[in-house]
Amino acid sequence: MAAIIEIKDLVKDFQLGEVPVHVLKGISFEIDHGDFVSIMGPSGSGKSTLMNILGCLDTPTSGSYKLDGISVGELSSDELAKIRNRKIGFVFQQFNLLARTSATENVELPLLYSRTPAAERRERALKALAAVGLAGREEYQPSQLSGGQQQRVAIARSLVNDPAIILADEPTGALDSRIGIEIMAIFQRLNRDKGITLIMVTHDSDIAKYSNRNLLFKDGRLQGDERQQPRDAHKDLEELPPEVAAA
Amino acid sequence: MSPMIFISMRIALRALKVNRMRSALTMLGIIIGVGAVIAMVGVGAGATARIQQQIQSIGSNLIIVLPGSISSNGVRLGSGAVASLTQDDAKAIATECPSVALAAPTVRGGVQVVYGNNNWATTVQGVTPDYMTIRDYTMLSGQFFTTQDVDAAAKVAVLGETVAMNLFAGSDPTNQVVIIKNVPFTVAGVLTPKGQSPTGQDQDDVILLPISTATQKVLGANKANAKAVGSLMVQAMSPQAMDQAIQEMEALLRERHRILPGLEDDFTIRNLTEVFAAQESSAQVMSILLGAIASVSLIVGGIGIMNIMLVSVTERTREIGLRLSVGAMRQDILSQFLVEAVTLSLLGGIIGIVVGLTASLLISHFAQWSTVVSPLSVLMSFLFSALVGVFFGYYPARKAAFLNPIEALRYE
Repeated sequence: MAAIIEIKDLVKDFQLGEVPVHVLKGISFEIDHGDFVSIMGPSGSGKSTLMNILGCLDTPTSGSYKLDGISVGELSSDELAKIRNRKIGFVFQQFNLLARTSATENVELPLLYSRTPAAERRERALKALAAVGLAGREEYQPSQLSGGQQQRVAIARSLVNDPAIILADEPTGALDSRIGIEIMAIFQRLNRDKGITLIMVTHDSDIAKYSNRNLLFKDGRLQGDERQQPRDAHKDLEELPPEVAAA
Repeated sequence: MSPMIFISMRIALRALKVNRMRSALTMLGIIIGVGAVIAMVGVGAGATARIQQQIQSIGSNLIIVLPGSISSNGVRLGSGAVASLTQDDAKAIATECPSVALAAPTVRGGVQVVYGNNNWATTVQGVTPDYMTIRDYTMLSGQFFTTQDVDAAAKVAVLGETVAMNLFAGSDPTNQVVIIKNVPFTVAGVLTPKGQSPTGQDQDDVILLPISTATQKVLGANKANAKAVGSLMVQAMSPQAMDQAIQEMEALLRERHRILPGLEDDFTIRNLTEVFAAQESSAQVMSILLGAIASVSLIVGGIGIMNIMLVSVTERTREIGLRLSVGAMRQDILSQFLVEAVTLSLLGGIIGIVVGLTASLLISHFAQWSTVVSPLSVLMSFLFSALVGVFFGYYPARKAAFLNPIEALRYE
């Protein structure tokens, strides 16, 4: 399989006053197309910084980062915005949906900035919402949806521009464990059925078990890289006792 | 680009709708500002227009020469105390001063005029036909009397409209006979009304007679000098020739009156246009001042917009971070917030124009002040309010556009 992400000797320093802080100390790895990777590590290990660089929200101090064949290192902020718009979907711990805005319009947001015509925007948003099991709730506003449903709207939003990768930063951090597994089930389905490459930061090792590959960071270095047989989230859900207030 | 503007407008309108009360209060600053500018400039322009109209009514390039004061044994008598000006002076001025176009001697006095059962107290002025030209009179009906009438001391009269109305109550006075001091006069015509003078006098409450007839038959000649006149009305060749004309007249009159160098003039020359132009310029200054004060409130309104936009940017930091992370470019965010600010100011501007127009109507109705709202002042304040939006919206919008997406997303 072709690598969709190629990272080589990636270094990121921050200047904290006089003292430079080395957050990432030379990291190299590749992620294959269609992989489902979880990134783990204690806080301060540099995983958030890495995610920001992977998400083209930040640029490395040195080293190279190629996303889908494009070298991202030297791009301007507007070019990075374009890459984020076309190649990357984001899922956040706090969902980050626009309040007082319907699910459909939230999902349409990335298409707004790619100048997609209104009719096509709506069509693709509805499709993405259906893909995460929210058909019928298109006009609900975030305040009318449960946490799990809100995160599913956010996933639909990350899907809608057909990105090369979806970056999820603690996607289950604000949800209880059952809803977390539901989100994992959606991720696994998208990964398996649509071949979407997923990269997920988590510090919940139970959640990490649903991915195919586990990268472990410590002190700004890659400490472990294990391939694993993922747990099946759908099966786990079926085995859980049915809850009264299922999402 | 243009569809993006529409999208920015939709986002902006939604954001403004979410905070209805706040948006309305922010707009209020602009509404008051624009409304005040329009109403105040309207009041100022109205005052200026009224003064201009009055100045035009007295005639153009007008200089008045009055008999001077005299002091005898230390007692100084007021202007006009001596009959120092004569009809001959008027003729001399007209012929010998190159900067003078026309000079008309006038005498005046109060009389009771009778027609049939009606009578009316008014002012009689004895003049020459040049007076009509100098004062820019036109005839409502009939004709002005001629030089021959003056030479012959003909018993003809020209009525002001107020007099005509009071004696004839609407019927045409031409060729009717009115009695002034027991002398019958044939009415030659009626003057087109001029309205109020800059000093507030009714310029139509007057009867004009040939100066010869007036002195001989109505007012009585001055005992010291049969040819003495009350004043001279002089018209200069052009507005630029006014000062030159005054100098020429002063020299001529001093010579004719044999005033030795170092002694005071026995006449007074006044540039009427200048006197009233001062009034006009003071009205214009008032209008500028009112506009300037009102503009200050528009600027205060703009600061209000800036304030609210800064609050809005801070409140929506996470939203901005999200928009940036899903691919909004800096200019997208910039235009979103700029459109929001301009929408606030333009909407406020439009409402402000309506408020300003209403206010100036109310002012002219209740305070009896004439107000003139020019389309230009409406257009200017509309454009100015848009400008205020751009100017005061730019800083907050720029602040939003240059947020760091990572920090913005983490903002609590």
